[in-house]
Amino acid sequence: MTSSGELPINGNGDVVLVRQEVRAAALEAGLSLVDQTKIVTAASELARNALVYAGGGRVRIEIVRNGVRAGLRLTFSDDGPGIPDIEQALVDGWTTGNGLGLGLSGSRRLVDEFDLRSAPGEGTLITVTKWAR
Amino acid sequence: MTVPVDAGRRRIEELLEEHEEQILGRWFEIAGTMSGGHVDRGGAAVPFGEIYRALRRSLTGSEGGSDLRGLLAELSRSRARHGFTPSETASVVFGLKEAVYEIVEADGTPEALRGFIWFSRLVDEHGLFTFETYAAARERIIADQAEQLLELSTPVVKLWEGIVAVPLVGTLDSARTQVVMEKLLQTLVETGSEHAVIDITGVPAVDTQVAQHLLKTVMAARLMGAECVISGIRPQIAHTIVTLGIEFGDIVTKASLADALVHALRQSGVEFAEARSPRIAVRTEAG
Repeated sequence: MTSSGELPINGNGDVVLVRQEVRAAALEAGLSLVDQTKIVTAASELARNALVYAGGGRVRIEIVRNGVRAGLRLTFSDDGPGIPDIEQALVDGWTTGNGLGLGLSGSRRLVDEFDLRSAPGEGTLITVTKWAR
Repeated sequence: MTVPVDAGRRRIEELLEEHEEQILGRWFEIAGTMSGGHVDRGGAAVPFGEIYRALRRSLTGSEGGSDLRGLLAELSRSRARHGFTPSETASVVFGLKEAVYEIVEADGTPEALRGFIWFSRLVDEHGLFTFETYAAARERIIADQAEQLLELSTPVVKLWEGIVAVPLVGTLDSARTQVVMEKLLQTLVETGSEHAVIDITGVPAVDTQVAQHLLKTVMAARLMGAECVISGIRPQIAHTIVTLGIEFGDIVTKASLADALVHALRQSGVEFAEARSPRIAVRTEAG
């Protein structure tokens, strides 16, 4: 497993940087162009969520292997207020901000594995994985 | 034997006064070799004399060194603009240490040596100060350029009478969208156009925020009576948009700018002369 360390998410510029790093890692993991674009878009959504709803966070970008298959795993963590109702947060069109309400639910559809852990006052930890086909 | 700091400091001040010309000469030479022999490159001459005198004034404490800091800041800024590296800039200041050390060595008194430690620390401080000012100046230049780029990177072009296009390239954040929207709406008014094409071929990823910005821009154009077509939707972007669940509703989208132009032309009532039907060549094998 190769790890490229943690990136901070503290501003809009960092979201752009996360996108670029994820794209580079996706290329390295051998993801197809469509899958690259999907994971980059998911990363963009989740990074912006961390920024908007938690005031900032971190992301760890890793290339993982499952037998011969390579994949890209992103772990977003923040120390924000947490999500009180995870099921509702994953409903299309639900937003507590002023976005489209598709970021979280859409990101789940863009990746192969999606794991969300959160509790009020305890921050949020989201792990997503996209496998190369 | 210990020498009080004050005595050392006084001795250095005396030496700086007595050997002004000699130190200045040596400093100029040393700075020249340190920064690769182009101290005076492109009009970024170092006012050695002025800096030296400001330094001495700051030592006597009559005006707290603000004069000196001003000069050093000015030096940093002008050198940042002339493309010097921060090391080259700071080493000019550090060069003074070497020049003064030669005088101190010649003097050889314990006071002078003790004072040199203090003087060296002082010069280090000033050198670091130029480093910081240099970084600040560079950041200013970058910020200015980013702003210019923002203006440059969002052109609104006229494709046809009544049809304008906005080719978007790069990251579409809130600030960019604001500029794009303002420019587009302004151009719609100025040119009296009723059709606008927003081309996103150069946008690497369309996430919900980008989509929302696009939708808002289209809505704003509609309020002004103009119809927008979004073009340049590449396969991977289309895939992603569908998976994300973004709906563009009744907004017309096209794969290429050419398609969008044809659509807009048709909408504005331009008639296309039917192209001649393709000739079908029939070849018969002899025999």
